[in-house]
Amino acid sequence: MKKKVLLMGKAHSGKTSMRSIIFANYLARDTMRLSPTLDVEHHHVRFLGNLVLNLWDCGGQDAFYESYFERDRETIFRSVELLIYVFDIESDNPEKDFDHFSGVLEAIEENSPDARIFVLVHKMDLVHEDERDVIFEDRQRIIQAHSRGLSLQCFATSIWDETLYKAWSEIVTNLIPNIQLLKTHLDDFCRISDADEVVLFERATFLVIAHTSQNAAQHNFDAHRFEKISNIVKQFKLSCGKTQAGFQGMEVKNSLFSAFIDAFTENTYIMVIVSDPQIETAATLINIKNAREHFEKNFARS
Amino acid sequence: MSPHETLFRLESTPTPQHLIVDTNRLSQFELIDFPGDWDEASNNPIFLGLSCFVFVLDAQDEPYDLVLSYLTNLISKATKVNPRIHVHVFINKVDGELFLSEEAKYDCRRDIVSLVQEEMETFQGLDNVNVEYYLTSIYDHSVYESFSKVVQKLVPALNTIESLLNVLVERNGMEKAFLFDVASKLYISTDSNPVDAAGYELCSDMIDVVLDVSGIYGGRHNSDSNREIDDCSKGEGEGGEQDKSVTEEEKNGYYDSESCAAIHLSNGIVLYLKEVESMLALVCLTREESFGRRGLVDYNIGVFKEAIKKMIEVAGPK
Ligand SMILES: Nc1nc2c(ncn2[C@@H]2O[C@H](COP(=O)(O)OP(=O)(O)OP(=O)(O)O)[C@@H](O)[C@H]2O)c(=O)[nH]1
Ligand SMILES: Nc1nc2c(ncn2[C@@H]2O[C@H](COP(=O)(O)OP(=O)(O)O)[C@@H](O)[C@H]2O)c(=O)[nH]1
Ligand SMILES: [Mg+2]
Repeated sequence: MKKKVLLMGKAHSGKTSMRSIIFANYLARDTMRLSPTLDVEHHHVRFLGNLVLNLWDCGGQDAFYESYFERDRETIFRSVELLIYVFDIESDNPEKDFDHFSGVLEAIEENSPDARIFVLVHKMDLVHEDERDVIFEDRQRIIQAHSRGLSLQCFATSIWDETLYKAWSEIVTNLIPNIQLLKTHLDDFCRISDADEVVLFERATFLVIAHTSQNAAQHNFDAHRFEKISNIVKQFKLSCGKTQAGFQGMEVKNSLFSAFIDAFTENTYIMVIVSDPQIETAATLINIKNAREHFEKNFARS
Repeated sequence: MSPHETLFRLESTPTPQHLIVDTNRLSQFELIDFPGDWDEASNNPIFLGLSCFVFVLDAQDEPYDLVLSYLTNLISKATKVNPRIHVHVFINKVDGELFLSEEAKYDCRRDIVSLVQEEMETFQGLDNVNVEYYLTSIYDHSVYESFSKVVQKLVPALNTIESLLNVLVERNGMEKAFLFDVASKLYISTDSNPVDAAGYELCSDMIDVVLDVSGIYGGRHNSDSNREIDDCSKGEGEGGEQDKSVTEEEKNGYYDSESCAAIHLSNGIVLYLKEVESMLALVCLTREESFGRRGLVDYNIGVFKEAIKKMIEVAGPK
């Protein structure tokens, strides 16, 4: 199943950086060495086995926009499933950014009216923490005002923290067909194994694709925890890579919890959180093993 | 603080900054951070209680002549006050365009070593001063590894700990074992097998993983203080700065007497971490086969823990 994804936004806004971190195992600091994208770079990335994302990373210099809007208009904007538009929070010319943005939306409306649209307000790490919410709200308002009535979803992102994973997880899960069913099975598993939480990650990117919790109310967990876990595990996988060894799984505990993160089906990793001290580690490991067989059978070809 | 944050969060250091490092009970010391243009002549007595002296040099700032003569001058003054002082030179920022190859780093070190030696010959009585050189960058683990070596010189019971680690490694057929200070990720000691930089990096990254995951799930969930922090980070965002430092501190608080972690790698190695004493962690690299007898491994680690506890008790509170 092939899905065309357009990645657009002004030059230097961070499009190639994000793509490289999520899909090509770059570290955030490696992106400082990226050079500007010339024209359009096409990348096919495999997700969950047989979902292929056909990423069109469109260089953002003004000269390229002329051809995107004129000569290549149809080629670029036809049969798009997802548009991801990136704004640099530190842009020196916001008005021009919005000109381009409106132009892109117009072309999308014309050629791919059903495309889903996501807007990333990027490089938020450059804004002081105290001001991030306010500035993001403000940007979001302006973006909505330029949306030509199309429905779109905004995220504040930075390659330096988990917000990157949050945004891309939500974007990508939009493309998974039987996600609802997957979620139901995950709910069952969580209940049967008396876990507090169960999270499913895509194997290569470690993006969150589904999660479920029990008794979440009494726990008061961090709202960004899944993305944080993605980020933590992905960083660690990269460290493992340096030693020629792959990451297989881990178990972390203290007096209040145990976390199990393990290779699950062919295309996923699972995380199981248990806080009930009565539940033995061995029991949880057996539950994961049984669930693995069940999921392999039911979701072998997603 | 992450390396990236140092780019815009740090201001230059105007006066010597004192920092007491006493997160664990084995290695406790006072760190003094000097400004780069510190006028050493007027402050000579500061060397009096000093046992160790780290000089950080910017490898991307050539030529080195001036800074190196400043260094030798300092060494000369320091040894007059304390002839047994350890001198460590960190050749920092060996990253980026200039230092893509290992070759370039070694060349740089060789140049600096010979320049310093030349300079030192112009002073009297510096023949016996032992200067150690390290190539470091804050973008990889070199800075941690180098600082570990500096700190080890300050641990009084180093030899005893090392022999305890040797026994542990041998009994369990482990590849390597480190005793880490969890807060700083410096290792206080290791067994006498050679340290392989990649193995050390993995162990140190593992500590990050354990603290981060415990910070998310291992907190005292129902506590009111936790709720408050959550609320205000969602609210107007007032005091966001403060929240962050609180959570850093708290994260260390989530490392407790039952902290334990195992990470399995595809090459058959298991990284195994166990709490030893508050803010101390034993991290071992072991083969999956040996790890299969986990009960035995845990038992032997228990014996090691007891020995360390006794050692600390005998030494008494500092
Ligand atoms: N501070 C900060 N810098 C970022 C972030 N994301 C990317 N950058 C930096 O922004 C610069 C440009 O990134 P690219 O990914 O090449 O930008 P691009 O959008 O692909 O640019 P074009 O290909 O010219 O359209 C790089 O130096 C990145 O390191 C972020 O979240 N925060
Ligand atoms: N490339 C690189 N930059 C570094 C390294 N260590 C520090 N820096 C940068 O050097 C600058 C000055 O660092 P700082 O610690 O304030 O220097 P000080 O004046 O000696 O205290 C900061 O912008 C750091 O980000 C390094 O290993 N590599
Ligand atoms: Mg690009």
